[in-house]
Amino acid sequence: MHVPDGLVDAPTSLAAGAVAAVGIGVSLRRGGKELSGSRIPLTGLVAAFVFSAQMLNFPVASGTSGHLIGGLLAAVLVGPWLGALALTVVLAVQALLFADGGISALGINVINMALIPAFAGYGLFWLARLVLPRTRAGVLTSTASAALLSVVAGAAAFTIEYALGGNGAVPATTVAWAMVTVHVLIGCGEAAITTLVVGAVLTTRPDLVYGARDLVGRTRPVPELQGLR
Amino acid sequence: MTGRHPGTRLVASLCSSPAGALDASVKVICVVGFVTAVVATPPRAVLAFAVDALLVLAAAAASCLPARVLARRMSVETPFVIFAVLMPFIGTGPRMDVFGIGVSVPGCWAAWSIIVKASLGVAAAIVLAWSTPTAEILAGLERLRCPRALVMIAGFMVRYLDLVAAELRRLQIARISRGDDPRWLWQGRAVATTAGSMFVRCFERGERLHAAMASRGFTGRFPTTAAPQRPRRWFPAIMWPLVAWVVALAVLIP
Repeated sequence: MHVPDGLVDAPTSLAAGAVAAVGIGVSLRRGGKELSGSRIPLTGLVAAFVFSAQMLNFPVASGTSGHLIGGLLAAVLVGPWLGALALTVVLAVQALLFADGGISALGINVINMALIPAFAGYGLFWLARLVLPRTRAGVLTSTASAALLSVVAGAAAFTIEYALGGNGAVPATTVAWAMVTVHVLIGCGEAAITTLVVGAVLTTRPDLVYGARDLVGRTRPVPELQGLR
Repeated sequence: MTGRHPGTRLVASLCSSPAGALDASVKVICVVGFVTAVVATPPRAVLAFAVDALLVLAAAAASCLPARVLARRMSVETPFVIFAVLMPFIGTGPRMDVFGIGVSVPGCWAAWSIIVKASLGVAAAIVLAWSTPTAEILAGLERLRCPRALVMIAGFMVRYLDLVAAELRRLQIARISRGDDPRWLWQGRAVATTAGSMFVRCFERGERLHAAMASRGFTGRFPTTAAPQRPRRWFPAIMWPLVAWVVALAVLIP
């Protein structure tokens, strides 16, 4: 899903860059306050983890494979603001250092893979948590559904961007169908991995899961975040 | 993904190339300027892309980037090349015959545009990564007034990448040596469990690292000993994006 340079034309890329900049600015204002003490290395570690997890390809169907996007994972673990910033850093470093995703398409990639999972995805997670019981199973069910939908929403956003300024002769409806069907499958993988990771962290260190802060203390005493363990 | 990490020979640190001596912030501006010029160039201006390709090769030469390394790292764009190659066949619009197969003319132009622009962008990013150590790029971004929170997250991310990669390697070797080789969706649980246990292990190691840093006086700002500040020399690096923009504008404004 990393959009390269030239797939979407320059005006659309610029507009996407402006939208992404606004989203990052808001995240910086809101997340900057939380960014102190051990929250900074925690966010950096989430970014490093997402960066590495994106290299773990999982099979989608017999031919294609997909990888974790990790936007919702980051949002559930460190909160939507810092999650959006972590994914932005991942995408920028990939574009600048690893040539994965175009530098001019960074705005598009940030919208699809950082802002949409962090805000739309976390919003869904939050809504699902309101409805579902306040238990471990409730958190994991919310995580799974929000992870799946955040990937599909990112794919849908890409098709809108492609329809607005795609440099392709393929009609946008064809792209939309292909993108959404493939990303429903990728989303299932995303949901599975995100749920297992959140579940694993919830089991051992529930204090590290931002999206389940209300569960802390109901399961076991909270270890101090900065303390040596 | 290339699977390489900043700590492991991403950079030609020992190469005393002309590009290696430049200030990182200048190089970042040059690469971004060049890539935007390439994207703004209309796809039918084939000659303009030839000039852009020469510019990238000149930059690669100025950073002592071996052609072999460049070619190998270009492979990250493969998925999109496959997408682009399909375009002439599934595209709409007027069709023409190539060796008896009908292909869409706009589809061919779209494929050409995506491949050439993506390749030039990828090559430019590879040149930047090769000629500049990661810490310098981060310092350069901070000098360009990139928000400090982002630079700090990036700094920690880059430092933790080796840690995560080493952890992942250990887990994967353990998994594969026990005969696991998942290929299908229903076998994905092993991959997911790997990711889960990797995360917890990395968290705990990262926490220990942070505690070690805090006990040695880390207050949230990285020391800038890694990159001695160089005076900003803009020439001749700035010619790279400038020429690309002149060429792009010459095509855009007839």
